[in-house]
Amino acid sequence: MIVAERKPLNEIKSFVENYKKILIVGCGTCTTVCLAGGETEVKVVASGLRIGFLKEDKEIEILEDCATRQCEPEFVTEIVERVKKEGVEAVLSLGCGVGVNFMADKLETIPVFPGVNTEFFGAAVEPGVWVEMCAGCGNCILHLTGGICPIARCSKSILNGPCGGSKDGKCEISPDVDCGWNLIVERMKKMGTLQRLEEILPPRDWSTSHHGGPRRVIREEIVSLSQEGGESTKAKEAAKEKESGR
Amino acid sequence: MEPKILKSESNLERVLSNGHFAVTVEIGPPMDCNAEIVLEKARLLKGLADAFNITDNQTGVVRLSSIASAVLIISEGLEPVMQMTCRDRNRLAIQSDILGAAALGIRNCLCIVGDHQSFGAAGKMKGHPGAKNVYDIDSIQLVSALKGMRDEGVQQGGDSLEKRPPFFIGAAWTPLGDPIEIRPLRLKKKIEAGADFIQTQGVFDIGEFKKQMKIIVDMGLHECTAILAGIIVPKNLGMLKYMNSSVAGVSIPESLIKRMEQARLKAGDDKKQAKKNQAEEGIRITVELIKQVQEIPGIRGVHIQAIEWEHRVPEILRRAGLIPRPVFPKKGG
Repeated sequence: MIVAERKPLNEIKSFVENYKKILIVGCGTCTTVCLAGGETEVKVVASGLRIGFLKEDKEIEILEDCATRQCEPEFVTEIVERVKKEGVEAVLSLGCGVGVNFMADKLETIPVFPGVNTEFFGAAVEPGVWVEMCAGCGNCILHLTGGICPIARCSKSILNGPCGGSKDGKCEISPDVDCGWNLIVERMKKMGTLQRLEEILPPRDWSTSHHGGPRRVIREEIVSLSQEGGESTKAKEAAKEKESGR
Repeated sequence: MEPKILKSESNLERVLSNGHFAVTVEIGPPMDCNAEIVLEKARLLKGLADAFNITDNQTGVVRLSSIASAVLIISEGLEPVMQMTCRDRNRLAIQSDILGAAALGIRNCLCIVGDHQSFGAAGKMKGHPGAKNVYDIDSIQLVSALKGMRDEGVQQGGDSLEKRPPFFIGAAWTPLGDPIEIRPLRLKKKIEAGADFIQTQGVFDIGEFKKQMKIIVDMGLHECTAILAGIIVPKNLGMLKYMNSSVAGVSIPESLIKRMEQARLKAGDDKKQAKKNQAEEGIRITVELIKQVQEIPGIRGVHIQAIEWEHRVPEILRRAGLIPRPVFPKKGG
């Protein structure tokens, strides 16, 4: 999932305190699961702000909502319509950065503020602890490294590690950070595939990552279906059928 | 007579290929633009080693650049080993700097990945822990890129070079780093990529280092590259303890720590004397370590790092019997 952390309430308050009517929008997907920006957190932020504004005698109307996903048009459209209909002056999104961007693209002049810091793609390794596991670099090499990613989990993203900074399984940057290459070595040792690390991995092509500029994925079959069918949801259903039929 | 055709125009290569036990010494550039500091260190150390490493923003601290410092010591008649990290430059900047260094007369390059930038904030130092790092390529890929430029006349991206940079290519090796069983394999990869010489992380635990070197010799790797054992000069007990607990790949035997402790205790409450005693013990330990690694099969030289203590290096080298250094006539033409 995309892991996020809620911004401090004071920072959030500074974004929205000069508006009369704001809408806080949670997201039902990633930020709900990582307990940063779901329905519950919308309530928490709303009451925090209400108390803060009350103390300062500020009359600000706070509306609450939660989109199923802030990254899909069918759910965001509902929010956009509500904003326009109810005269909302500013939106506070508790979705990840994608949600903020996507709503900003659609809200024309209404400001959208980020209520969370979007951190990384990670997993919940234990209750309350999330760890980065994928860097979304666009050219997966996990088949070469025992399923553990050196790009995301090595502080230097090196392909021929470990560097000299690995100590007792930890990274040189902190005893709290696992050395990604130590994880790779240990796992490949257990799997009996350690000798695969003898191969020198050449410099990688970073153009598939953000270094190649903002990226897009185009799935031609879905694009053409949606043009034929008109509605994107129909196209998606058709694509699903097509995929399961394979 | 030259025993074999040299790959570069490096004095260090010549010393090694003539079968001498090589000596390299590290010179740390200052944190400002005072050339005199570099020049002074150069004058102090001239003729005492075969080549002199110039660190590249070591521990993530901004310092006078490695290339510029290297050129400064060339002007004093010393041969530099320019250190090049992957932390601060992408493959464009690295190759551009390599070409520039070659054009300026630098003939040795040590390819290292570089300490993480978070290291710069330590003790009283603020550093630049919020810097964006690069790590576009890693140290093994850097060795390979440099070899490609020198031997194939191609840049990493595939474009050709007319005049090739005549570098003697070095890499670092942490023989006792974790996970230890991967360390010989990593050395092998560095050699396959094209490392002509290796400078190791500082060695204190001779017993463990011997074991690791036995593996290297059994693999025949010592014949494919020249391994220079790293020697860090300990100044005092605090430094030994710090390195033992905090520097990856460095473990200090209890006996050495005890010796340093004794040296300090002997001075009683006299702080000045305690400092002096520890310095003397540190130098004694260094000289012993040099003599011990000299006896280890597969070791072809030492790389001495006296961090901000370069002025003690002449004494160390003299006591270790490593001076004078071999001198070769400069190539004509």
